Amino acid sequence: MSEVLTFKLILVFSIFGVTLLIAMYSTYLERKVAAFIQDRVGPDRAGPFGLLQPLADGVKMFMKEEIIPNVSNKFLFIVGPCVAMLTAIMAGVVIPWGGTLTINGTQYNLQIADLNIGILYIFGVVSIGVYGIMIGGWASNNKFSLLGAIRASAQMISYELAMGLSIIALIMITGTLSLQEIAAQQGGGVGSDWNMWNIVYQPIGFMIFIICAFAECNRMPFDLPETETELVGGYHTEYSSMKLGFYLFAEYINMFTSSAVMATLYFGGYNIPFINDLGLDPNVATILGTVFFFMKIGFFIFFFMWIRWTLPRFRYDQLMNLGWKILIPLAIANVAVTGLVMILMD
Amino acid sequence: MTSLSGRSKVVVKKEMTLAERMYLPAILGGVIITLKHLFKRKATVKYPEKKREFSAVWRGQHVLKRDDKGAERCTACGLCAVACPAEAITMTAGERKKGEENLYREEKYATTYEINMLRCIFCGLCEEACPKEAIFLTDRLVPTEFGRGEFIYGKDKLVEPVDNRVDVTKRQTPAVLEFKKHKNLSHNR
Repeated sequence: MSEVLTFKLILVFSIFGVTLLIAMYSTYLERKVAAFIQDRVGPDRAGPFGLLQPLADGVKMFMKEEIIPNVSNKFLFIVGPCVAMLTAIMAGVVIPWGGTLTINGTQYNLQIADLNIGILYIFGVVSIGVYGIMIGGWASNNKFSLLGAIRASAQMISYELAMGLSIIALIMITGTLSLQEIAAQQGGGVGSDWNMWNIVYQPIGFMIFIICAFAECNRMPFDLPETETELVGGYHTEYSSMKLGFYLFAEYINMFTSSAVMATLYFGGYNIPFINDLGLDPNVATILGTVFFFMKIGFFIFFFMWIRWTLPRFRYDQLMNLGWKILIPLAIANVAVTGLVMILMD
Repeated sequence: MTSLSGRSKVVVKKEMTLAERMYLPAILGGVIITLKHLFKRKATVKYPEKKREFSAVWRGQHVLKRDDKGAERCTACGLCAVACPAEAITMTAGERKKGEENLYREEKYATTYEINMLRCIFCGLCEEACPKEAIFLTDRLVPTEFGRGEFIYGKDKLVEPVDNRVDVTKRQTPAVLEFKKHKNLSHNR
């Protein structure tokens, strides 16, 4: 028992560390991708290729003066970024980071907790994330912050509906809410246990999901909560120093988590096609799978940034139109068609 | 009314097709454009390590020249300061003492000579006005500083060192020297 507990503890801390590390280097990657798309070279002064830039930024954030506005609600002002950060990190608990490792005859799952309602858990935690933004925007006692916070909550609630509906079609196919089982279902190789990735069965569902993921993460075509051109900084206008850092960091962690969820749900999770046919040692295959999983996540993070520097921002009414009048009906139609096909296939 | 040139086009606000209303083909097009830019050659020049090639007559940081024997050419006549449209140049004149002949070429010289690099617009009029071939603009860049005061360059930064001469032959061409001989031209007077 204690061995399993030790393993889980190690896993928890390594996932925590890796999440922070990836979020840190996402800021670097974002600046590099932005620069490259605009024919520049981006940060390259701190360390080789500017690789120490995130560290320098972190030090800068810590050294900045901490300002808490006099008219703000001081308790809520501090709680806001904490909630945002906490919920962002919590979502990583149910994601299966790999298959099973066998050490000394004991099998260890590379997942912190295999909840049988994994997807619902993620949705729940992400919904709480809205409170971080809402509380921060409200406590700042600033009209720009409040506007940003209102926009954020309205947007996230609207898009959560379409996101949930797009997931329902997927759940109908897989028949489970556990992320571990969904990932396992997509594995296989040549022969009887031949399985496709879910993207093949649910292309429209995936499209709805990824658009909603952009909106949930407040990423570029939908970054209305922080529109720097109209709302100064949106919900984090009054924030400074590490509290601002927490908000920005939470955004990148959310990006990482939603990339991981997308990779798990639609792109086979930790499975590499035909890996079972190579006859590798199971442990090696598991580690390779985890590496492959992180490559998929990396691609999605890159995709997030790529889109950011391609598309201009939506207007607020366009955003609501897209969410309520297009994505939700489309998602419902997707559910209906999926159900119909499933009945016909039987 | 008919168009005379025949080049004008009537603008029509046409209905968007289904593909256009879905936006996805357009988004795909945009994404491909940005992907192409990702692999393009970058326009950035990594400055301190790599310097962009300057034109032969680039107008950068000034130099106060010495003559062949190493004496300062400037006689503090003030023509450069008068010519300067940005009022960047100031100087005070002094008289040469006995024994300083190797330092200053003529009896009068500039005890202080200051150019405010924040005011200077690098037009090169000082160089054109100078009758003694003393001031030139070179292909060096004025480096950045943290304070405004550091941009006021005195003689310590402007006069070329005796052992490290600044080459201005590309600016002081025979054509330029010939031009300066014509005393009837207003700026040579």
